[in-house]
Amino acid sequence: MPTIALPRLHTDTAWRDAARGLLAAGVPPEDVLWAWDAPDQADLFGTTSAPPPAGTGITVPKSFLDLARRVVWHADPERFARLYAFLWRLRESPRLMADAADADLAHLNRMAKAVNRCAHKMTAFVRFRDLEAEGPRRHFAAWFEPTHHTVEPTAPFFARRFGDMDWIIATPDITARFENGAISFHPGQPRPDLPEDAAEELWGTYFRNIFNPARVKVRMMQSEMPKKYWKNLPEARHIPDMIARAETRAREMAEAAPTLPPLRAARIANLRPAPRVEAPMTFEDLRKRAEAESRETLPGYGRIVLGEGPEDADLMIVGEQPGDHEDREGRPFVGPAGQLFDRIAAEAGLDRDAAYVTNAVKRFKFRQTGKRRLHQPPNAGEIQHAKWWLDLERELVRPKLILSMGATALQSLTGKRDGLMKRRGRIEETAAGPVFVTVHPSYLLRLPDPSRREDETARFREDLEAVARLAA
Amino acid sequence: MPRTLQEKLAILSDAARYDASCASSGTSRRDSRDGKGLGSAGGSGICHAYAPDGRCISLLKILMTNFCVYDCAYCVNRVSSNVERARFTPEEVVTLTLEFYRRNYIEGLFLSSGIIRSPDQTMSDMVRIARTLREREAFRGYIHLKTIPDAAPELVEEAGRYADRLSINVELPTDASVAAYAPEKKPEQIRKAMGEVKDHRAASLDRSHRGKRPGRFAPAGQSTQMIVGADGSTDATILGQSSKLYGSFGLRRVYYSAFSPIPDSSAKLPLVTPPLQREHRLYQADWLMRFYGFDATEITAARPDGNLELDLDPKLAWALAHRALFPVPVQTAERALLLRVPGFGTKTVDRILKTRRYRTIRYDDIRRMGANLKTARPFIALRDWSPGALTDSETLRARFAPPPEQLRLL
Repeated sequence: MPTIALPRLHTDTAWRDAARGLLAAGVPPEDVLWAWDAPDQADLFGTTSAPPPAGTGITVPKSFLDLARRVVWHADPERFARLYAFLWRLRESPRLMADAADADLAHLNRMAKAVNRCAHKMTAFVRFRDLEAEGPRRHFAAWFEPTHHTVEPTAPFFARRFGDMDWIIATPDITARFENGAISFHPGQPRPDLPEDAAEELWGTYFRNIFNPARVKVRMMQSEMPKKYWKNLPEARHIPDMIARAETRAREMAEAAPTLPPLRAARIANLRPAPRVEAPMTFEDLRKRAEAESRETLPGYGRIVLGEGPEDADLMIVGEQPGDHEDREGRPFVGPAGQLFDRIAAEAGLDRDAAYVTNAVKRFKFRQTGKRRLHQPPNAGEIQHAKWWLDLERELVRPKLILSMGATALQSLTGKRDGLMKRRGRIEETAAGPVFVTVHPSYLLRLPDPSRREDETARFREDLEAVARLAA
Repeated sequence: MPRTLQEKLAILSDAARYDASCASSGTSRRDSRDGKGLGSAGGSGICHAYAPDGRCISLLKILMTNFCVYDCAYCVNRVSSNVERARFTPEEVVTLTLEFYRRNYIEGLFLSSGIIRSPDQTMSDMVRIARTLREREAFRGYIHLKTIPDAAPELVEEAGRYADRLSINVELPTDASVAAYAPEKKPEQIRKAMGEVKDHRAASLDRSHRGKRPGRFAPAGQSTQMIVGADGSTDATILGQSSKLYGSFGLRRVYYSAFSPIPDSSAKLPLVTPPLQREHRLYQADWLMRFYGFDATEITAARPDGNLELDLDPKLAWALAHRALFPVPVQTAERALLLRVPGFGTKTVDRILKTRRYRTIRYDDIRRMGANLKTARPFIALRDWSPGALTDSETLRARFAPPPEQLRLL
């Protein structure tokens, strides 16, 4: 039975070459013994054999190679045999890699995970000390005790991170050195005597003070920073004292009576800088912004249609949202509802051209059915979003009276949309000034019963007459 | 007598510990293999230590100064507090960051500050520190700058050129609470500053017609923090606010910080035990919104008072309230539904989707895929497992909720 001896360094490529050769030679897993870092050791029959030369034409999924590249660094002596046994199965069914539930694969995945965790903890818990050497590059050294054989695969991380200094990471396993940009590996060693480093005192101070004694979660800390690492972490010696005093410190904070503010507090309050004053927006800015935003098309929405009319109008008329016509022309109230409004307003003596006419929501929202764009009512979020535009328009126009038509406008202007029919025909005082409430003209268009439509049209006309009187 | 560096570090890290963020992940990839600088970043972050409060220590989290002209009731550094005050010079911050970094204590710097003199002055000092680190010291590690909302937009833009992440804290979930407890802060100003950061970031990703990219801007995005339990906001309000923030400003993270006792607290805001469990549930809910396709309103709909259940995790609570959807047939259910099964994480679901293309999934397979079957069992159906009446059982809730606890006598 052949024993394959793998070296301590570059174990990953050595295993891969050996496995490739064995596979090409058709050696089943039960006929192989694996040895690691023991050149003189041999199996019961006293033979160590070189692996068969690597065959060509063997393909395995890339995901397996990635897995093997991690598992070979595990501390378990069985790791090479497990990998090869799985590789043997994989030869027959390459799809096995996708089967996350396979017991062998799950075991290898767990091993890879343990190696990854160990490597990650190494990147986290290695603590360098300054060797205070002369020369252009600074020298640092650390002592670390990894659980698995992770020094070799993790050394490049430290080389990438600490490129402008020389460092040594000494471990019982192997020692990594980085000098003038080159990594080298040396045999493991017992713990060296490293010089004291004053920075550890500062680091301890930081560790003690960033801790919040009012929230103690020791288990959480230990699951992420297991005790086995503590002996090489300079900050860990503070932990017992921090935990012991935490409860008292938290209680003292809670029990301390409120104190009077220091004298300087009042003085500073007077010195406090005034809030930054924004240059007020103009209609010109508003239009530019609308154009800029309209260039970005949103599926299911039209462009931004701003209001129109005199910029110092006494009356502001607010509808729901632009429709199909309005979106195409870029002007408010030009579609069927707008035309109806114009007609009734003319009868009521309300001069549309003297008012600033706009909508509560600025983009046409629709559902495309065939060639038609069907109107969709705006939801609360959209109304809230568009309020920014409406508020600016209102601040710029400063109307004496606002005519709110329909529930959407009502919600945007007063914050409440319920009870439109009860609230119509009256003026409501809002933070933005008086708002006259009425229905939307499209409501009249939707009434199927002609006699009711006539009644409602008359009521709407009355409302507009009232507004015309109030705004005059 | 001037304070030593040690004393300043003690005061100014003490003042910084109420910021929850410590992320150092997800930024642009860079390293110092060329030997001309120090540090690397990109990929997943590294937590270099854990304090007994269970929080990771990844960055050197300090204040430039804890002098402050503002008077926010929840804050340890407010002007009316009698805590000790100190101030780092920019050079001290640079030295501390580099020396800690060289010893592999940290991933980088998280710099925040009280407001001294004026917002612009404070912000430009912070930017100077970041610039020194990047340009003079060729530092390639992670930098997180807390942005001052009132600072001039040019300074924020400059900050974004040097920092990996910018953050602006909204502090409290509603505008009304901000007005009550942080009278000098203006929520609209905070939102405006967030909007500007978002726009700068979007612009930095736009290539010109020749394919050239403008300079980098905060490659790890922006984040914010909300204090939980200082005002009366419900979890529904808090999560609603978060989902708005994620939507409008493209935030990477919203951090929730349980209001915890501070030294020399304000009479305006009595101290309570920090609601750690509530904070935990909010983080879980936040996760559900970001990775599991849940909507903020769905998560909080279970209880009439708009708060999350403290005894059960929000996903389990949701599933118990929607039992008609369960048991889910694991072999055939679509991804969105599998993600709603309590005890299934995103990785488990991905493994199920991958494996079930080839074969029938059994009960033991799911265990190996990483599912928590104790939780998932009543909610799934497989060829060799059916929960039977368990899904609709009246005692199902009691199986998960912790046993009632006897009240403690005072």
